[in-house]
Amino acid sequence: MFHWIQGFADWLIYSVLGITQHSKLGDALNFFVYDTLKILLLLFLITFLMGIVNSYFPIDKIRNFLSRNKLYGGEYLLASTFGAVTPFCSCSSVPLFIGFVKGGIPLGVTFAFLITSPLVNEVAMAMFIGMFGLKTTVIYVASGILLGTIGGMILGKMKLEPLLSEWVQKVLQNAQKEGEYEEVPLSFTQRLPGIAKEAFGIVKSVFIYVIIGIGIGALMHGFIPTGFFEKYITKENPFAVPVAVVLGVPMYSNAAGVLPIIQVLVQKGVPLGTAIAFMMAVVGLSLPEAMLLKKVMSLKLISLFFGVVIFCIIFLGYFFNWIF
Amino acid sequence: MYHIKILGTGCPKCKSTVTNTLEAVKLAGVEAEVIKVEDIQDIMAYNVLTTPVLVIDEQIKVKGRVPTVEEIKNLLTAQ
Repeated sequence: MFHWIQGFADWLIYSVLGITQHSKLGDALNFFVYDTLKILLLLFLITFLMGIVNSYFPIDKIRNFLSRNKLYGGEYLLASTFGAVTPFCSCSSVPLFIGFVKGGIPLGVTFAFLITSPLVNEVAMAMFIGMFGLKTTVIYVASGILLGTIGGMILGKMKLEPLLSEWVQKVLQNAQKEGEYEEVPLSFTQRLPGIAKEAFGIVKSVFIYVIIGIGIGALMHGFIPTGFFEKYITKENPFAVPVAVVLGVPMYSNAAGVLPIIQVLVQKGVPLGTAIAFMMAVVGLSLPEAMLLKKVMSLKLISLFFGVVIFCIIFLGYFFNWIF
Repeated sequence: MYHIKILGTGCPKCKSTVTNTLEAVKLAGVEAEVIKVEDIQDIMAYNVLTTPVLVIDEQIKVKGRVPTVEEIKNLLTAQ
């Protein structure tokens, strides 16, 4: 699928620039050109496709469906899956959270949605396909959904409603009538320019992180010997996964910046499970998100939320290292 | 005179909605007051799930995406 990009990178670096093949510099540059082009192309394609999905995604209907139907545990899986397919802006998470809870959806189910949403997003998916291939991407997406489902179930069992902010509890008691909403329906062709523009905007906003990430990755690719990390971070080392996760949480970066580096770490010998756990910790949990959630939850609830998710990520990391 | 409100917690999408709205108001040549609503409690009073939201005269017109200048202009001149 990407052979022509590799061909172009080979031609540019070895023929046009005349850098020797298999030299450290040549390897690093070739990797940089190939990865950058491939990732940008994938990013645009996937954000565009997800934009179309998002444009038609009936989030209100889904909320109503979830609040009306008893699914005997299936609602967690459903909410988590919706979290994966709705690529909404991160600042929508608070309105969504309140909207869900207000609609009578249990807190745990809402959390399932909230956990998966940042974890499985269009940028992460595009980067994953580009760096690790389709199979690993499917595994990542599936485990992200699983993580949201299990995390939501655990949090749901804890009965955390009293820990919501006072004003949210008040909102819950005085459920308002549904807001009046008269949107002019748009045709597919009317929607396309906006979607394309948005996709372009997303690619533009992560562009610099992609370049920096791939740049660092390319340097490591060219200059760090293969198997370098195996000496330090092995599957047998029981602390590698928790340490990677704890290091990842305070790092606020998007998938675009972290994944190119993770790809190289894996090539150089870091186990995939440890790398994915690190990535999930960086992308799924962040301090800015905690600040936003502070408006609707008590600190205790946020800590519990983060704690449960961290625990689940560590567990998944071990699991991946075990199956691969 | 239109009363336009843009609901959003301050993300890039909300900001471009504001820019587009101001541009559309200018192009449509109508009189309008454009207010940014950033407080989450005020936003939730509109019972929306996704932001940004464009409210014209207390009616929700667009939510969860950035409307184009053209689209807002049409909304303003159609009424």
